[in-house]
Amino acid sequence: MADITNQSLNEIIENVKTKKVSSTDLTKAYIKNIESAKKLNAFVTTTFDQALDKAKQFDNKPNFDQLLPGIPLAVKDLFCTENTKTTAGSNILNNFIPSYESTVTKNLWNNGSFLLGKLNCDEFAMGSSNETSHYGNVINPVGDQLVPGGSSGGSSSALAADLTPATIGTDTGGSIRQPASFTGTVGLKPTYGLCSRWGIVAFASSLDQAGPMTKTIKDCAIMLESMSGFDEKDSTSINKKKEQYSKNLKDNIKGLKIGIPKEYRVDNMPKEVDELWEKGKKILKDLGAQLIDISLPHTKYALPTYYIVAPAEASSNLARYDGVRYGYRSKQGKDLIEMYEKTRSEGFGDEVKRRILIGTYVLSSGYYDAYYLKAQKVRQLIKKDFDDSFTKIDAILTPSTPSSAFKIGEKTNDPVSMYLNDIFTVPVNLAGLPALSMPAGVDKQGYPLGLQLIGKALDEQKILNIGYAFEKNCGFKNEIKKWWS
Amino acid sequence: MSKEKFDYFIKGEKGKYEVVIGLEVHAQVLSKSKLFSGSSTKFGADPNNQVSLIDSAFPGMLPVINEECVKQAVRTGLGLNAKINNYSVFDRKNYFYADLPQGYQISQYKNPIVGEGKVLLDMPYGSKEIGIERLHLEQDAGKSIHDMDPSNTYVDLNRSGIALMEIVSKPDLRSPDEVNAYIKKLRSIMRYLGTCDGNMQEGSLRADVNVSVRKEGDKNFGTRCEIKNVNSIKFMQMAIEYEAARQVELIENGKVIDQETRLFDTKKNETRSMRSKEDAHDYRYFPDPDLLPLKLEQKLIDDLKKTLPELPDKKKERFIKEYGLNAYEANVLVSEKEISDYYEEVAKLSDKKLAATWMMGDLFAMLNDKGLDISKSPISAKHFAELVQSIKSGEISGRIAKEVFEIILETGDNPKKIIESKGLKQQSDPKELEKMINEILTKNKDKVDQYKSGKEKLFGFFVGQVMKSSGGKANPQLTNEILKKLLKG
Repeated sequence: MADITNQSLNEIIENVKTKKVSSTDLTKAYIKNIESAKKLNAFVTTTFDQALDKAKQFDNKPNFDQLLPGIPLAVKDLFCTENTKTTAGSNILNNFIPSYESTVTKNLWNNGSFLLGKLNCDEFAMGSSNETSHYGNVINPVGDQLVPGGSSGGSSSALAADLTPATIGTDTGGSIRQPASFTGTVGLKPTYGLCSRWGIVAFASSLDQAGPMTKTIKDCAIMLESMSGFDEKDSTSINKKKEQYSKNLKDNIKGLKIGIPKEYRVDNMPKEVDELWEKGKKILKDLGAQLIDISLPHTKYALPTYYIVAPAEASSNLARYDGVRYGYRSKQGKDLIEMYEKTRSEGFGDEVKRRILIGTYVLSSGYYDAYYLKAQKVRQLIKKDFDDSFTKIDAILTPSTPSSAFKIGEKTNDPVSMYLNDIFTVPVNLAGLPALSMPAGVDKQGYPLGLQLIGKALDEQKILNIGYAFEKNCGFKNEIKKWWS
Repeated sequence: MSKEKFDYFIKGEKGKYEVVIGLEVHAQVLSKSKLFSGSSTKFGADPNNQVSLIDSAFPGMLPVINEECVKQAVRTGLGLNAKINNYSVFDRKNYFYADLPQGYQISQYKNPIVGEGKVLLDMPYGSKEIGIERLHLEQDAGKSIHDMDPSNTYVDLNRSGIALMEIVSKPDLRSPDEVNAYIKKLRSIMRYLGTCDGNMQEGSLRADVNVSVRKEGDKNFGTRCEIKNVNSIKFMQMAIEYEAARQVELIENGKVIDQETRLFDTKKNETRSMRSKEDAHDYRYFPDPDLLPLKLEQKLIDDLKKTLPELPDKKKERFIKEYGLNAYEANVLVSEKEISDYYEEVAKLSDKKLAATWMMGDLFAMLNDKGLDISKSPISAKHFAELVQSIKSGEISGRIAKEVFEIILETGDNPKKIIESKGLKQQSDPKELEKMINEILTKNKDKVDQYKSGKEKLFGFFVGQVMKSSGGKANPQLTNEILKKLLKG
């Protein structure tokens, strides 16, 4: 049988179900890939022995009715995994082994899959290139000089390099969609509240949302179905009936109204991105969708708003890493305050410190109204822009990112230029909406580029359907040479 | 009853100063589990045995509001005649401390669950209304233990995350006595409601005390100081007295009072500066993004209102009307729910007025003496009622009643049995009494003569003799009547 690991999750599941491959052989194939891909630095922790045990258990007593029968999965190291080290890409959690399993990963395991390893990410999910991780930067399989995007960079890299059949990331401002775009893969940020945040190391609570990263839209539907669901342990979780996204996947999008927001045509955007957007519009139009020009007037305020709200919440969420109860504690420090200072100085990296400082500043007395409060008001306006538009349309099509993958080190000294990478993705998080990044083409260097579909709250099925139809007609194929092995 | 006049002023060289006090009372909510986690709230467990992953702020843990705590806050708000807010918000109050695992306390800042209300105090100079500014829900912190080890501090997180109600009064209190009455009233209301056990020893009720002074008659408030975390009424009173005197002295010496946070040192009986306004924490309050705003349906509030028990003010009115008590008696007997329950049980079976007198006299003295709550009274309400009824019917005299009371304490027997078996029944047969008195008068002819010639003081002597020869059982009223009659003849 040909290399099974370059197949889609859906194909792999079919092969397992039809007993063409055992869970054990499948797991071994991924372990072999992972071991030969150390250069990519996609993994922080591997759990091979445990995975092989689970695979064996599955093979001995298979249950093919599950959504993910005997499927090994690597996940972003932001999800707490019981008895497996969870670092969030940070030194401050370098020795942290949770006694609990995040709801999302537990859902995956309950659907028949098991853990293959923990994937590198930007420290506390703060970054757009996976260069802020304490465990080193991750390399994009597309090219040995390229970043895989961030913060779910280990996830996108591992997925594109066939080190896991599918994966999950978290998306606070684009951390699923941008890396998906940079690696020619599919990434979905669900509606805020669709996937439980319980057991996910928090970055910005009102924006964080876990979602699938996959090779195909169908895979994305399978993963979303497996990981989502109401969780009473998360007060912001949405209590609704579970949907069967994969079963209900349809490629007929005739008559759907697709909004094209004029504000997403930004200055200095590479021509290829614009051309790609045009190509996407044409494909959807040819499939019978109707294109409608719309305006989201507050889009230009989304990035500054995001960089107030997210750091503000982060500055508070990260206060618990104080060296008192778990995680890294500096051996120096003669009193409590000094222990805090040393622990946090040594435990956090520069980008995390920068955001804690920004967040602390915008919440400070005398600045709160001018920054945090104003940002919250603007956030409402951004949300209203979307709400207004969605009375007339079914989904919105935009580019996922303003450029393809950039070079390692290219933006590390220029945080603002780094932040600009999220310009098309952050409005969605601020509005709590679902959005899908799907591969659509390549730039002149041959690097993948993605298009983004934004849906109404809880309209995941619709954007998956549009993506499904698009995928079939786009003709994109991710040509990655395994230069690392 | 003539009312006293309010008179609590600090006398300085340059005049009289009025003391202005506002309290922030922290009352632990009576609930099985903590405000945002399922951990037990039981007092006295081994350190760190009632701590969930949420209470200890592990990565990825999220708070989920405990509905019972919300209901308790609403009940308390209703008991304080306060406005219940249908919309309230939980905020994070950010600061670092070893016993604050999250690095922030979840509290309510701009939108508390309960708004303005009022509490009525009965003071010797009349009743006084104290305004309630607000009541909000918040998490308690853990406990730092500094004296277990010379070089380390230990942290116990059992208390971390327990629900507190912070009840903020308006600056309406004017003396340590009013503070005493206010705390007792709050405590009483909450105990009636079952929303806080009010146990100050266990820290279920503590307060931050805001004190300022101003010249008598001044309209503007002076600069206030906040005395943090005082955990007994006595200490609150001592702290207020010290602090008011300190502030008056500063003013009289032409100095300025700094707005600051102070600590009360119970050993030295003084307040000390903890931090000045400039050093005050910037808590960076903002709405907790892990929690949605708390929206209360009016129906829930109305339903809770319907199930509220009768509260002290209402009960007092009823006691006056129904049982013919005076305001003072009613006040004392409603001060604790258990006392009022005991009283009502006794009053059902005996004379209502006499029951009140005897409860407030001998029963309370005994309980006080033994340091017992009325719920632990060695004399049951039923026995006590029998005793009261025996006095009322004339079966025994008051003096004998005291004796019977003591015997019940010792033996636990019922009063009827004691009276019978010990032959303590009062001699109320006029014929027998007259016979006995006649004998006494015959024996003391000289005294009778003296009495008749004007030495009327001797009447007491005759009564004494009657009591002596009857073993105290002679009916006093009857004795008086017969004596008077016979001495006249």
